[in-house]
Amino acid sequence: MKVLAYTLPLLAVMMTGAVADPLAERQELMKERGPLMRVLAPIAQGQQPFDAAVVMDALQKMNDNAQKTTDVEALWPDGTEGGDTKSAPKIWEDKAGFKAASDKFAADAAAAVAASPQDLQSFQAVFGPMSQNCGTCHETFRLRSS
Amino acid sequence: MPKRRKIALAVLALIAAGGIAGWFITSPQRVDAQTIATLPEGDAARGEGVFWAGGCASCHAASGAQGEARLELGGGVQLKTEFGSFVAPNISQHPQDGIGNWPLEDFANAMLRGVSPSGEHYYPAFPYTSYARMTPGDVADLYAFMKTLPSVEGRAPGHDLSFPFTMRRGIGLWKLLYLDERPAVALDAPSDLVKRGQYLVEGPGHCGECHTPRSAFGGLENAEWLSGAVAAEGTGNVPNITTGEGGLGDWSDMDLTNFLETGFTPDFDSAGGSMASVVRNIAELSADDREAIAAYLKAVPPLSNGY
Repeated sequence: MKVLAYTLPLLAVMMTGAVADPLAERQELMKERGPLMRVLAPIAQGQQPFDAAVVMDALQKMNDNAQKTTDVEALWPDGTEGGDTKSAPKIWEDKAGFKAASDKFAADAAAAVAASPQDLQSFQAVFGPMSQNCGTCHETFRLRSS
Repeated sequence: MPKRRKIALAVLALIAAGGIAGWFITSPQRVDAQTIATLPEGDAARGEGVFWAGGCASCHAASGAQGEARLELGGGVQLKTEFGSFVAPNISQHPQDGIGNWPLEDFANAMLRGVSPSGEHYYPAFPYTSYARMTPGDVADLYAFMKTLPSVEGRAPGHDLSFPFTMRRGIGLWKLLYLDERPAVALDAPSDLVKRGQYLVEGPGHCGECHTPRSAFGGLENAEWLSGAVAAEGTGNVPNITTGEGGLGDWSDMDLTNFLETGFTPDFDSAGGSMASVVRNIAELSADDREAIAAYLKAVPPLSNGY
């Protein structure tokens, strides 16, 4: 019984992929998204010419990033609510809601890659739904800067 | 003895007189009869623009509402402040639970003076201090648009405030200090575009309610207009949106209009918290109106951070 009590949490950590410094890692992942958006958004708005290879590269990186943040247990574990973080307490109060928001972004990013847009119009069709996740998630789950 | 008695009586009379005067000066002041009599017939199509500029849905629709749900104004969103917790009421067209039975006059008194149909003061969590700057025509248009919105059943719970803020009459005194329909800032020879922006920001948009610091009594400090503030609700600070130090000085006009439409900053961070909902509202305005807001923000006195 005792062995099980020790091994179960260990197993859980192994399954979710333990992260050495969850706070630093999640911040790194969030920061990675800005430069990708800087590539994608001006193209979607028609301020930069559409280039399928450039778009696909950024979309793939965004998707890789988005898939990583679906592991909310590893990146936002209990005990990392405090310190230098803009993660809102709501993340821990509503873990299911936060997981759903993370999953939705990951699904929309995956759909954008799967669509493999070859022209501006088809890119805009997948970029809109994907980028809306930023504001929707920040609305509830990110604190104001202090 | 007679002398002391006289003084005591004089003091009591003074208290009574003060009380009566206090009662009068704190009494809810309605919109004057002439303005009411000349209120135009509202135009619902134009009123939709006023609705989005006014941000009604941010507090009166469900928290985080998107799409059509933003038109269901059942209330219930809580603003937790140091005075207590304010709860946005149902302002849908439900005849009992909402404002479906209100004549335009009641609506105008609420928007422009913060006075309820029964003659009570509203708490300024409802930003009538800004709405007071709206034109009667815009109020009438908004009323006409809201008539087209769905009826939502159910009343939101009441406010949960601490004494002495539970005494609504005291708001009368507060209004004497802080309810002022004049412009918040004087601008030097503003263009028509800047003037339109001033109207949108200082009036319906009520941007100053969060972006301007407040005094100890909770009134806006117009000398520090839009310079950012400790959040009255929630945690952290609300950003400085003047062009002063710590503000938006390095944002281009396009950065500003783009942010107001998409919520993305020039660094492609995205607006969070209550601003996410504000952006959803402002995105519904015309591109011209977003340009006007940007032009006005560039024109207000540049100030360093107000928090």
